[in-house]
Amino acid sequence: MLLGKLTLDAIPYHEPIIMGALSGAGLVGLALMALITKYGKWGYLWKEWLTSVDHKKIGVMYIIVAMIMLLRGFADALMMRAQLAMATGGHLGVFPPEHYDQIFTAHGVIMIIFMAMPFMTGLMNIVLPLQIGARDVAFPFLNSLSFWLLTSAVILVNLSLGVGNFARTGWVAYPPLSELGFSPDVGVDYYTWALQISGIGTTLTAINFLVTVIKMRAPGMKLMQMPIFTWTCTWANVLIVASFPILTGALAMLSLDRYLGFHFFTSEAGGNAMMYLNLFWAWGHPEVYILVLPAFGIFSEVVSTFTGKRLFGHTSMIIASGVISVLGFMVWLHHFFTMGSGANVNAFFGIATMVISVPTGVKLFNWLFTIYRGRLRFETPIFWTLGFMVTFSIGGMTGVLMAVPGADFMLHNSLFLIAHFHNTIIGGAVFGYLAGFTFWFPKVFGFKLNERLGKAAFWFWQSGFYFAFMPLYVLGFLGMTRRLNHTDNPAWTPWLYLACVGAVLVACGIACQLLQIAVSLRDRKKALDVNGDPWNGHTLEWSTSSPPPFYNFAKLPVVHDIDAFTDMKEKGIAYQVPTSYEPIHMPRNTGVGVAIGGFTTILGFALIWHIWWLAAAGLVGIVGSMLVRAFDDNLDYYVQPDEIEAIERERFERIGIDVDAYSERVPEPKRSSDVEPATLV
Amino acid sequence: MTSLNQALGHDGHAHHDSGEQKVLGFWFYLMTDCILFATAFASYAVLYRNTAGGVSGKDIFELPYVLLETAALLLSSITYGFAMIAGHQGHKRGVLAWLAVTFLFGAAFIGMEVNEFHHLIAEGNGPNVSAFLSSFFGLVGLHGLHVTAGLLWMAVMMFEVIKTGLTGRALTRLNCLSLFWHFLDIVWICVFTVVYLKGVL
Repeated sequence: MLLGKLTLDAIPYHEPIIMGALSGAGLVGLALMALITKYGKWGYLWKEWLTSVDHKKIGVMYIIVAMIMLLRGFADALMMRAQLAMATGGHLGVFPPEHYDQIFTAHGVIMIIFMAMPFMTGLMNIVLPLQIGARDVAFPFLNSLSFWLLTSAVILVNLSLGVGNFARTGWVAYPPLSELGFSPDVGVDYYTWALQISGIGTTLTAINFLVTVIKMRAPGMKLMQMPIFTWTCTWANVLIVASFPILTGALAMLSLDRYLGFHFFTSEAGGNAMMYLNLFWAWGHPEVYILVLPAFGIFSEVVSTFTGKRLFGHTSMIIASGVISVLGFMVWLHHFFTMGSGANVNAFFGIATMVISVPTGVKLFNWLFTIYRGRLRFETPIFWTLGFMVTFSIGGMTGVLMAVPGADFMLHNSLFLIAHFHNTIIGGAVFGYLAGFTFWFPKVFGFKLNERLGKAAFWFWQSGFYFAFMPLYVLGFLGMTRRLNHTDNPAWTPWLYLACVGAVLVACGIACQLLQIAVSLRDRKKALDVNGDPWNGHTLEWSTSSPPPFYNFAKLPVVHDIDAFTDMKEKGIAYQVPTSYEPIHMPRNTGVGVAIGGFTTILGFALIWHIWWLAAAGLVGIVGSMLVRAFDDNLDYYVQPDEIEAIERERFERIGIDVDAYSERVPEPKRSSDVEPATLV
Repeated sequence: MTSLNQALGHDGHAHHDSGEQKVLGFWFYLMTDCILFATAFASYAVLYRNTAGGVSGKDIFELPYVLLETAALLLSSITYGFAMIAGHQGHKRGVLAWLAVTFLFGAAFIGMEVNEFHHLIAEGNGPNVSAFLSSFFGLVGLHGLHVTAGLLWMAVMMFEVIKTGLTGRALTRLNCLSLFWHFLDIVWICVFTVVYLKGVL
């Protein structure tokens, strides 16, 4: 067959909800394309963004993808809460099980792999090279490729909405349910290939940023002097390098089972389904630390910046993150205490799990001690941080509760579990990313976000979170399990209503954020970040202009202190005008990343639908693009001093420094008594 | 080493994307690959007893044949080492000749492995018979896929050396391929020990 398993029946034209969503998304897409065409921006989009190898632009594109997927994943959440609020007491709600099961699977996959991961990667892309005083990442082209592999996976996941269906297995896709015998259609294949492709992109990103921090730190910056966000990202990257290949292996085995009749995880011929669970969680548990460690880094930056103090216990923070990373690999079995490994094995993993709360506690105390006797400035990022400290602590404590195997036997797969991990992932990772978004937004775009709407968004999220998930703890104790399509226990009904109210409150929070971006864009002239340091920051990203020039730093900064920029400000050399500029070596933009992403999408789609000739074509396209890149000699160029001089002159004039006068006199270092003390303790 | 430095110096300026960084990045990649292989080994260790009433390792492994296969791969590692020595000395023809020899040994290894797989499947011992055979084909096949990719890469490198000579870029790539090739050798020694030797004992 020329089209494999693909027929017209794959399009769900008889499902009004899906078709409505599709046509809505299609209309928005068409409107966007019309606008781009009307303003003649296609060339700009291609040259300045899609083919860019600039880490800042790639970071922005990651976050845009993350926000689009947040909207989709959250729409799934609203549908689930609405369904469960309606489908009680004999009612069946609006979503039949085969549709509802796809919704909760898509919600989990999207929120973790296609919302949280790209949000984290985007912030890391934007901030990490700036924090270590580098001009780009170690492999700029590879960075672009990683982004396009993620985009390719995102396209596949969204295609599953309109062509065929998505997995109905839950986001973990446990066999034997995910095997061919029980899931014969393409849903699980969409799942496996989307995760494989984005996983390869994530692994490449981690390798890229590890080499970046090892090889490209500014002169003088020792490893232990790297800013804390850079450190937590580095630990996350170590975790990615160590754990993502396990997911790749597990999904490859599942695919071999499904495509070639292997018996890794099947119920017959000696296959072992529990091996999949072990492999999946040997990746999956480190994965939650991959998500949350960078968020911890963001909170650390925010706390120290908005208290005007150095972070309490910088070294202990680095060590605690490292300990969390190592322990994160020793707890995977707590996801299935009920497997029956025996009391001793369960006890080991239970205790290992509880031990993780020790380094996490160290972190919380470090933040508290940083705030202690500081002058807390109540701006939006600090709201998210304080909200996090309370919310995440609750999530951590319920986690320790479930780490007791005996208790877990009661709570396993109940809504208590759902409440627990949303408590840590929303209250930990997502709040962190949103704090980081507000914190670094002026660095990227040159103006601050609206404070009122930012705070309103926080309060809606915060209260919405408690309304949505505290009832789930109760429902867990009342015996309600996860992934139910409809219920008929009258004791559950009021709690389900309450949870639905919570979801609506969070929706208001998201609406505030969208409005915040629009309003801030309109009022940007009033909130311009003129000197590049809107919050009185400590680290090197604040030492360059907002937005930074494409080469980041005209002169590479020399680092003497953990808070390198505070150190410069104290010494009075923060805005020194250089006497001359050197040529800067920069990589050229390239469309090869886009091309490989496109061919990967074709390959993935063809594999999902068993269209073998198209798969071969996609593979040839990928290899061919790589060869074109390998034999391309025109990869880089030099920015000349006169161009740098012009850009820098404009920047200094904006801050009010007379470049010509400056070059003739030697600046006098400020005495330390002129400067606000950095630490009070 | 002097000639390597000279060759790297051909670029004339300090690339921020220099060979040293690429080699370090490639090391990290190899570590991820190592974990992928560890996953395959782990699944073999879990499943090798699950023969589902079919054959076990003892019934199907032919040690002398595998020994010959192993010898081909180990020799290819030595000859790749000779290619790198020639590369450091700037001997283009030497590099090409040793790469060609390495390629032949590698191709012989893959040929023998394909032959072994073909026989097993033809005799009704394919990967869909039992979990043991699935994990065997999975692990050995994963290694074979890597070697095949290495061979394709080697062909591209021969083409590049013919076309552009031993530039800094070519030497960095040969260096990465060298790491890859020796890494696959080490993995194979583990496969030979864990799968074949242990299977026959």
